[in-house]
Amino acid sequence: MPRRTAIVGVGQTYHKARRPDVNIGELCAEAARACLEDADLTVGDVDAFILGNMELFEGRYSQDMWQVDFVGAFGKPGIRVTTGGTTGATLACVAFEYVASGVYDTVMALGFEKQSEGDTRAGLKTVSDPLWIRWLTTGAIGYFSRQARYYMRETGAPEHMGSLVRMRLAEHAKRNPHAHLRLEIKNIEEAMKAPYLIPPLRQTDMCPTSEGACAIVVTSEERVSKMARRPVWVKDWVTVHKEAMYIRGGRHSVEDLTMAASKLFRRNGITKPREQISVAEIYAPSTWAELEWLEAYGFCEKGQAWRLEEEGHFYWNREFPVNPSGGVVCTNPIGATGLIRVAECALQLRGDAGEHQIRREATLGFATAWGGSGWTVAVLLSAQKE
Amino acid sequence: MMRRVVKKVFAGDEMRVGIVAVAQTAFDVHRALRPQELTYLAVKKCLEISGLPFRDGYEDIVTCSSDHWDGKTLSDVEHGEVAGAHLGPGEVKVSMDGANAVILGAIKILSGHAKCVLVTACCKESQVLDPSIIENFGFDAPYQQLIGLDFTQAAGLQAVAYMNRYGLSHKDFAQIAVTERRRAKGNPRLLAREDLSLEQVMESRMLAYPITVLESRVPCDGACAMVLACEERAKELTDRPVWIKGFGSCYDHHNLGDRDLSQPFALKKASFQAYEMAGIKDPAKEIQIFELSEHYSYQLPLWMEGIGVCREGKGVEVLGGGGQGALDPEAFNPSGGLLGGVPRYVAGASRVIEAFLQLRGEAEGVQVPGEPQLALAHGTYGPAGQHHCVLILERGF
Repeated sequence: MPRRTAIVGVGQTYHKARRPDVNIGELCAEAARACLEDADLTVGDVDAFILGNMELFEGRYSQDMWQVDFVGAFGKPGIRVTTGGTTGATLACVAFEYVASGVYDTVMALGFEKQSEGDTRAGLKTVSDPLWIRWLTTGAIGYFSRQARYYMRETGAPEHMGSLVRMRLAEHAKRNPHAHLRLEIKNIEEAMKAPYLIPPLRQTDMCPTSEGACAIVVTSEERVSKMARRPVWVKDWVTVHKEAMYIRGGRHSVEDLTMAASKLFRRNGITKPREQISVAEIYAPSTWAELEWLEAYGFCEKGQAWRLEEEGHFYWNREFPVNPSGGVVCTNPIGATGLIRVAECALQLRGDAGEHQIRREATLGFATAWGGSGWTVAVLLSAQKE
Repeated sequence: MMRRVVKKVFAGDEMRVGIVAVAQTAFDVHRALRPQELTYLAVKKCLEISGLPFRDGYEDIVTCSSDHWDGKTLSDVEHGEVAGAHLGPGEVKVSMDGANAVILGAIKILSGHAKCVLVTACCKESQVLDPSIIENFGFDAPYQQLIGLDFTQAAGLQAVAYMNRYGLSHKDFAQIAVTERRRAKGNPRLLAREDLSLEQVMESRMLAYPITVLESRVPCDGACAMVLACEERAKELTDRPVWIKGFGSCYDHHNLGDRDLSQPFALKKASFQAYEMAGIKDPAKEIQIFELSEHYSYQLPLWMEGIGVCREGKGVEVLGGGGQGALDPEAFNPSGGLLGGVPRYVAGASRVIEAFLQLRGEAEGVQVPGEPQLALAHGTYGPAGQHHCVLILERGF
């Protein structure tokens, strides 16, 4: 029968642009070991493994096969799931389902990316249909410059807003020992000096290519009392996908984000998201996306996010902390990124986030991942069982 | 000793997962169809059979495909869309053998997060010119990839280890290919349906000793789909459900040198979990149909030993009709198995479908006589069977 599930351990590697000191297996082992140490478990306590990453980015095939001996999955049940940018969060959701089903008690989800091994942009370009739109695909930068332009036009946000978001996230990243990009930005003038990728998108508005791995351990209600760590309860999760031809007709839509959040909030009695949810770790690959998507999720009215940003509302120590870890624009090992959102949320709810621990009381956490042709996976975590 | 990892969730009045409807496209070289079009054909047929509406009839989708074989990153962008994932049910892609997608579908239902799940699997092998290049990248970068191994060569090493350990010969394996292809003749869903002589098989092109081209799975294109539902929903949708009674999976070491290739360790553990979950004590006596994923002829007896229905080294003997008493060689792969042509990734899911059809008495052309009650379906993936999964199905009417 369906059971309650809880996250009882999280672990991640240090994220860098390149990790020539380790191979893929060793990178994953770092995260698995950190996660087991955090949970005070041994690999023998784990009943099943959920593994995943972007299939093409390292230029390798069936990488779970190689990971097996490094993460401790030898002789254990396991499955490999890959859903692009949302892979990390999907791994978490599948782990929740494995435990909730009553078949497995303790499950580890592990995602990674080691982008220097292959060509991420070449891999990403093939996401679009070879028959219709591959020739005009410009990768993530093209999509997010268009999105930024759209947001500015619709809401009247001034051009320095992207840099303002980066200043907040840079401040957050400085406090997070695991973050990759740690930019020293003194003031907005300095931030605005960053070169354009495609206007109005600047280099500092976009996520980096990182290498790293992340793992979480999920267990059942019955096992929680035997665990060393304070459990973070999994309240609910949802996945919404969109059609393949997401650029059809030139329209820009955030329906997937809105639908995912509204489903999740409706099912869990959340009517005032910004008040009821204490922390949001959202997967926004650009600073501009973060503003637009906070509105799409229903955390504020359309056009209100950039005004709240100007007031500093989203800082780690303020009313509604958004991405206190520094977010995706500071750290983006793609197959792990969604899982890092869930893991960071769990740390906040446990009160173990250290220097970037939010100041408001942490009761409910909201973690998302975004990818594919505009897909959203959203997870709701709770510090209390009920 | 094997550690108990699986609880008997199906015992007593606990929730059950039923397979309600299945569909497969013809397995062939489909030059005019794109991979997602193959999936769509299977989905359409499956939904017609189940009577469920597209997109609104199910809460979740599990697709199975590979970026490498589809030639595009995020192959489930398309496979998910044609299964109805646009602003509707959620979608997860399993990037390993299709039987694992069926297991994930069952887990989704048991978790209470969905009542009805659509599972699909697809692969268009004909658009890959040289599979061995992709397979080579499936080995670890520092050691095994550099040797230049592909999955057929890894299988060759396994076959030799198996032969040497039990004093088997190439002829034994070739005979299995002859039998399998003879059965495949009756199965209209398969690509390669012809009578072969032992000489033909043994003298066909050698891929990696002792595996000849006629002893390996015929690459082809195709897709399959199935609808899984919780017990209550399954009974509404059909009066002839087939229950998923148990499942298990297991990873083996990656380094071939770390394994005893003549012992399918991972399959033993996977089937042990499945039997424990299904409450099966003597699989050889209790189960009537075995649909195993033999990508090469030698794998059929080896996997039989793995699932514990015969003693180690005795698989070939049982298939030859000289087995231990109760075992009927016709119980193994009555569908004709994979050698007759089933695409990879679809392979394991297609075993589940063939087992389902046998239990329902709908296995056109290859139906076994009588009323089989229990069936075993198996899927494998990775070099020389690095990962195995097993499902136990039960006739529910």
